[in-house]
Amino acid sequence: MTTRIDRRMAKLKAEGRPALVTYFMGGDPDYDTALAIMKALPGAGSDIIELGMPFSDPMADGPAIQAAGLRALKGGQTLAKTLKMASEFRAGDDETPIVLMGYYNPIYIYGVDRFLADAKASGIDGLIVVDLPPEMDEELCIPALKAGVNFIRLATPTTDDKRLPKVLENTSGFVYYVSMTGITGSALADTTKVSAAVTRIKGHTALPVCVGFGVKTAEQARVIGASADGVVVGTAIVNAIANVLGPKGEKTADPAEAVATLVSGLAQGVRSARLAAAE
Amino acid sequence: MNKPAMPNSFRTGPDEQGMFGIFGGRFVAETLMPLILDLEEQWNKAKTDPEFKAELQNLSTHYAGRPSKLYFAEGLTKHLGGAKVYFKREDLNHTGSHKINNCLGQILLAKRMGKKRIIAETGAGQHGVASATVAARFGYPCVVYMGATDVARQSPNVFRMKLLGAEVRPVTAGHGTLKDAMNEALRDWVTNVEDTYYLIGTAAGPHPYPELVRDFQSVIGTEARAQMLEQEGRLPDVIIAAVGGGSNAIGLFHPFLDDKDVRIIGIEAGGRGLDGIEHCASMSAGKPGVLHGNRTYLLQNSDGQILDGHSISAGLDYPGVGPEHSWLRDSGRVQYEPILDDEALEAFQLTTRVEGIIPALESAHAIAHAMKIVPKMDKDQLVIVNLSGRGDKDVHTVANMLGMEI
Repeated sequence: MTTRIDRRMAKLKAEGRPALVTYFMGGDPDYDTALAIMKALPGAGSDIIELGMPFSDPMADGPAIQAAGLRALKGGQTLAKTLKMASEFRAGDDETPIVLMGYYNPIYIYGVDRFLADAKASGIDGLIVVDLPPEMDEELCIPALKAGVNFIRLATPTTDDKRLPKVLENTSGFVYYVSMTGITGSALADTTKVSAAVTRIKGHTALPVCVGFGVKTAEQARVIGASADGVVVGTAIVNAIANVLGPKGEKTADPAEAVATLVSGLAQGVRSARLAAAE
Repeated sequence: MNKPAMPNSFRTGPDEQGMFGIFGGRFVAETLMPLILDLEEQWNKAKTDPEFKAELQNLSTHYAGRPSKLYFAEGLTKHLGGAKVYFKREDLNHTGSHKINNCLGQILLAKRMGKKRIIAETGAGQHGVASATVAARFGYPCVVYMGATDVARQSPNVFRMKLLGAEVRPVTAGHGTLKDAMNEALRDWVTNVEDTYYLIGTAAGPHPYPELVRDFQSVIGTEARAQMLEQEGRLPDVIIAAVGGGSNAIGLFHPFLDDKDVRIIGIEAGGRGLDGIEHCASMSAGKPGVLHGNRTYLLQNSDGQILDGHSISAGLDYPGVGPEHSWLRDSGRVQYEPILDDEALEAFQLTTRVEGIIPALESAHAIAHAMKIVPKMDKDQLVIVNLSGRGDKDVHTVANMLGMEI
């Protein structure tokens, strides 16, 4: 069974370029604005959308994404609304893969079976749940795979060769390599080490490997994209939204436009990655 | 809900996956997974190593001052006019609370594991002080994360930590309490995986923390059980302890879990009442969810967002509880009851006046429940209340509540 993620990755492989994976927070700063941002992403060059599910206690996130989640929750975002946002997007775009990213508790409270049914119906293709390591696969990973939803696992610099097979075992869609030990939005790690890690992971799996955490600029996207199958950008996008919000959360410019401008630049970086590498 | 079958023993958990029934587990980011697996391996080796045991025993005796006394609280007993009340005097330990028991154990683990830096979270500051103390004693740099609200209401402990050479980092997220401090400590840990030991202060977090903290704290119950047998010739009828994350409570309870005639009561922070959200009674008013590495009872809304809660006592101001307590609740072995801010304040004052002991506000919650049930009990019945810490740190809070200026 292939998913939109598999098809998109295969297509990009044929084109010979890495994917640009864009993260933003569902409901930040409010539902309508976030939906407009989401709709603007593919046109700006995003190949895969990571739709953030806000959580009150995002333990792996830095200040930017923490603040985005709080803005979304304050704006009334819930998991049900995030799913609705995906399905509204899906009504106008049946190709761009959507990956939900967040923490387990809201899903657990929603109910795993109900969540998977609703996610599937909303056109969700994959899940990244930060606090569900392979040791907890029975919770959501196995049910998701049975439901035909990709479960995308994070591999990190602490995931050594001995542990990698366990991490990769039930992973599908792609592998998300976290470029450093740290929280989202930290400084980018040494890119040589990142390339070496991507090569190491590729030795264990045929799945595409996308790299995230710390990628903020088109140049960084280009460098990372030279070795990875995809580049994930999150904090920079979330910051682009925060930058056009005033002290009371009022919009000083159009957030969707701000995001589109940033993503277009990143897309150029990603598209020049293999060209540059070939030089 | 979630009623598990009655086990033969209540003392065998957790299982190999770190579960107590449906509670517990290892809900952490992949970056931390290898670290907690390593910790589990090292802990399994350490707990059967006679050298480790001997070193901990030696420090407990000569540094922390164990065993702590089991004290017959004659003044309170007379005042209440019912069962005999005993205090397990954890307030007399070095650093003034039970927290030192766990910190000594974990610092020895950190040493075995070759770690170079200690981080900790703290609510009331008792665990922060105990962490800073063992870090000073063993020569480690120490960073303590503490909610900004708690930094303000527990200023004496903040100063103590600084004197001990620790860096106290105030956390402004959320309500600035223990939950937020724990988030920030986890963020530090995920960033500094190579050299940092996370010294968790309560019997919560990812496996193996709930188990190892419980085992280090079980010295409380093991001593109390033997002391009661020696002093009264029999086991107590009731034992009571306050539950925030639940480390002093699980420490007292665990050795008694299979003594079927001993009634065990855990006291949650009822704050300003269970009707609203200004309390921290996760087991009385919350439902199971996943936070900080484990599944347990949590205060949360219908969308699974964690609530902040409220308690007069910074040490109980946490929207969750250790997973073993959640399991003991559902299995029915332990009864959990809320005590309001005002009731705790009354117990604080009464204990001070009739016993000449200033209890921590956390412990005052447990005493407050004793005040409710002891008058209805027979005079030959026996009650142990865990006096988990001394209340010097709380005098500012209490003065504030009473409208007095210091």
